[in-house]
Amino acid sequence: MARILLTLILALGLAGPLAAPVAAQEASQATETDRSATGGAQTLEDIMARQRGEKVDNFQREEDPDSAGAMANQLGGLGGASDSDVWSALRYGTADVTVTSGGPEARVLIQDGGMKWLQFREGPLTTYGNWLLVGTIFVLALFYLVRGRIMIDGEKTGRTVTRFKSIERFAHWLMAGSFIVLGITGLLVLTGRTVIIPIFGHEAFSTIAMGSKWIHNNVSWAFMLGLIMCFVFWVVHNIPNKTDLKWLKVGGGLFSEGVHPPAKKFNAGQKFIFWSVILLGGSISASGLSLLFPFELPMFAKTFAVLNQTGLPELLGFGVLPEQLAPHEEMQFAQLWHAIVSFALMAIIIGHIYIGSVGMEGAYDAMGTGEVDEQWAKEHHGLWLEEVKSKEGAASESKAATPAE
Amino acid sequence: MKAMYTAFLATAVIAVGAWYTLGEIGFSASDRNTGNAVRLDDG
Repeated sequence: MARILLTLILALGLAGPLAAPVAAQEASQATETDRSATGGAQTLEDIMARQRGEKVDNFQREEDPDSAGAMANQLGGLGGASDSDVWSALRYGTADVTVTSGGPEARVLIQDGGMKWLQFREGPLTTYGNWLLVGTIFVLALFYLVRGRIMIDGEKTGRTVTRFKSIERFAHWLMAGSFIVLGITGLLVLTGRTVIIPIFGHEAFSTIAMGSKWIHNNVSWAFMLGLIMCFVFWVVHNIPNKTDLKWLKVGGGLFSEGVHPPAKKFNAGQKFIFWSVILLGGSISASGLSLLFPFELPMFAKTFAVLNQTGLPELLGFGVLPEQLAPHEEMQFAQLWHAIVSFALMAIIIGHIYIGSVGMEGAYDAMGTGEVDEQWAKEHHGLWLEEVKSKEGAASESKAATPAE
Repeated sequence: MKAMYTAFLATAVIAVGAWYTLGEIGFSASDRNTGNAVRLDDG
């Protein structure tokens, strides 16, 4: 499971923080074992290897008990199948299980892939995810100490220009407010067992977890609506162009005073934020919907099939990804992917919040009142200000040219 | 600032609306996984 997730991450260029532990986890490979002494059944070496957490060839243990001989008589045992065979069949999903309620997922009585999911969730996912957030805050604090607040270099004019209309600001805050709530409640659900319980106890965590789950599930719709609105409003302004190269060449002027590269409505940094939010937010929404409606929207087996067709997993040395997944495996992949992508987006958004508030003078006004000082606009979005001014000029000229009725 | 506060209010309204609607149309986990022989609610 970890290997497959890594392939997905690499495919999206997010492999950094997770590559090391996953690679280490997968270092052990299945080994050929001589089972002639046991007639092909598992050996002591198999048992020891399993206890060491190594990969074991379970072919012999996956036999279907139905293929065993029939029960000898009424007082007989399980026929040719032993209890061990029955449990093996249940474990490997080959037993014929009948249930009175639920779909295919209800017929899975043992799903040992769940242990890998749990270990990854409580191990690398939580550890590296939290370090990513802490590290991001640390880097920003360091940047603030070195660079300080990015101030408006020129004199403020006192004249303002409308940067964002009310509906745009509504969409932004619908998405931003819900994202912060989702981030906090998501972290509480993910890390509560290890962080909240030791401090506040089980009773308190029970209440917090239930509340967080309710909020997380239901606030998600506001985030998705805001995401769609922002995409519609701003996609046209976020298409990369040559101006972005000029902006990137001088680091957007973020690292040196008095440097103001030309930019239209959105500069290259803001375009990076926009596309991160749209793509990662879209991916989080997709996996979130899969989690909101358990077993109704499986998407990973199909995704793996598409990835396999590209040849990317094999190219990266991860072999062919599984295209047949148990219902529970689909949910486990959805949960892990949801959390991994959310951590990445949270780190990016922490940077966005910094530069939009304490990091830059005048930036908050753009989303607060929607009005920015012309000097701020001139320094940070010079080309956009020229466009606005020329439009205003053209509008006033046409108004003046219209004869009075 | 009005747009921001309206958005926060809308978030709360959408959340309650989603919870009520999904519950009404039977999309809660207990509704989806219940049956004649399985009782997951309090009744």
